[in-house]
Amino acid sequence: MSETTPIEAMTFEQAMAELEQVVGQLERGDVALEASIDLYDRGAKLRAHCEAKLKDAEEKVAAITLDGDGNPAGTKPLDAG
Amino acid sequence: MDLFDDGPEDVGGNAPEFTVTELSGAVKRTIEGEFSFVRVRGEVGRVSRPRSGHIYLDLKDDKSVIAAIMWKGVASRQQTQPEEGMEVIATGKMTTFPGQSKYQLVLEEIRPAGAGALMAMLEKRKALLQSEGLFAPERKKKLPYLPDVIGVVTSPSGAVIRDILHRLRDRFPRKVLVWPVAVQGTKCAPEVARAIEGFNAMTPGGALPRPDLLIVARGGGSVEDLWGFNEELVARAAAASDIPLISAVGHETDTTLIDFVSDMRAPTPTAAAELAVPVRMELLAGLRDYNARITRAVGQRLDQRGQRLRDVSRALPRADTLLEGPRQRLDIQGDKLPLALRRLVDQQRLRLSESAGSLRPSVLGRAIAVERGRVSDRAMRLSPALARLVATRREALARRSDGLSLRPIRREISAQSDRLTGLSRRLDEAQNQRIAEIRQRLGALDRLRETLGYKETLRRGYAVVHGDGHVVTNKAAAEAASGLEIEFADGKMRIGGGPSPRKAAKKPKPEQGSLF
Repeated sequence: MSETTPIEAMTFEQAMAELEQVVGQLERGDVALEASIDLYDRGAKLRAHCEAKLKDAEEKVAAITLDGDGNPAGTKPLDAG
Repeated sequence: MDLFDDGPEDVGGNAPEFTVTELSGAVKRTIEGEFSFVRVRGEVGRVSRPRSGHIYLDLKDDKSVIAAIMWKGVASRQQTQPEEGMEVIATGKMTTFPGQSKYQLVLEEIRPAGAGALMAMLEKRKALLQSEGLFAPERKKKLPYLPDVIGVVTSPSGAVIRDILHRLRDRFPRKVLVWPVAVQGTKCAPEVARAIEGFNAMTPGGALPRPDLLIVARGGGSVEDLWGFNEELVARAAAASDIPLISAVGHETDTTLIDFVSDMRAPTPTAAAELAVPVRMELLAGLRDYNARITRAVGQRLDQRGQRLRDVSRALPRADTLLEGPRQRLDIQGDKLPLALRRLVDQQRLRLSESAGSLRPSVLGRAIAVERGRVSDRAMRLSPALARLVATRREALARRSDGLSLRPIRREISAQSDRLTGLSRRLDEAQNQRIAEIRQRLGALDRLRETLGYKETLRRGYAVVHGDGHVVTNKAAAEAASGLEIEFADGKMRIGGGPSPRKAAKKPKPEQGSLF
């Protein structure tokens, strides 16, 4: 994951993959102390981003309504039980 | 003319006459009455579908062909649309088409002749699509890890959509757009294809959110029930979908054509929901785990480095220890400092008082008076001294000019003349002595010359050969000479006048010479 991708623009998967990298790097301990603090910050931001994505777990179900020609005209709530 | 009396109207005797229409009508009535309901098994031949919506087709076996027609309304009811090459059992009634003297079968129902016939048709389609590369693994798109919007193509009512929504809710609630379609019957295939295309046609940010994952789902059923998902139309729409597509049609054992072209095949609709989204709780747990690992890793690193710092600092000598020596030296020097300063001041004061003791205005005044006295004394003596100096010099000049006469010069000349005579005598003596010395050296050199000359060599037994006045040094010259002369130490001996002896070499030894 490139460092230049802003975290806010990352998909959950991208953020998760980079977080995994950050964890691995920190655990291997082969980074300088200053770098590890930056890495820690980045890890915290990635985690917050992932968490936000996970919290954004809104269920919204709608059925598409079709016009006479079979084109989507709008939606209506779907109660499938 | 008689020949013509037997008119053709007499042929056939009393048989009644029909018009063409009457006959055609009679045939029609007979056929429709006799074959008002028939079941016929055969292979579908040429099929044509004009815009009217009716379907015209041929039914054939190895010998015969019967034309058949299926009206639009009937055609739309059929679960299986007739296709060329399909083995079918058709039900209907025979009718005629008097306008063209034709008869045909009006179809009420047409269905494949058993599952085998359907499967054969499916295999044919599969082979076709496969040859186009639509099943290729590299065509399969990766499913998004966490789709935002999931489009579901299925029946809006029934267990399938309910199962999917339940499972999604358990794992990771998402936005779901359901595109309602018929999942069996003739409308199934076109509607499913239309739905897949419709979802793909949505633009991100449009009125409806464009799904980033599609699920095409249907519950279990007979082969005929699922047949819509075997239609080429559906398979091609699924293959053309830009949105990754999961197919979940029927039970695990049912495989339909769409399963081959979809990006992922789920055995059941529930399984499709599981493929669609990860489990949110697991992700949260994973995230918490990552967080713990980061904290632990950073903490460990800090601990390690802190420990290392402590270790290193223990090895570092204490600052006081480092400073003890210099501090002691500082103390010593600091103690000495006022003492030394005082001593220096005392010394300097001493010197000052010594110098200052003699330094009194009277001393200075006396010195000035003395110097002044000397200055005035000198000044007084200055002009008589100058006059005296001039007088002295003038006197000296007069003395010198008095002594200036020829006598000393003559004396000098005679002295020099005597010296010249002496010198000439000494020159002559020196010259004579030098000549005698040279003569003596000449005699010695001549003696040396005689010892080194060839005469001396002759005395040692060598001989010189002369010929025609030259010294002969080689055989060729000896042979060329008119006469030879051998010189010994004690004289010359002439030999012959003609050709010289062969061995007349230069410097022959005397014992060799005796041979000739």
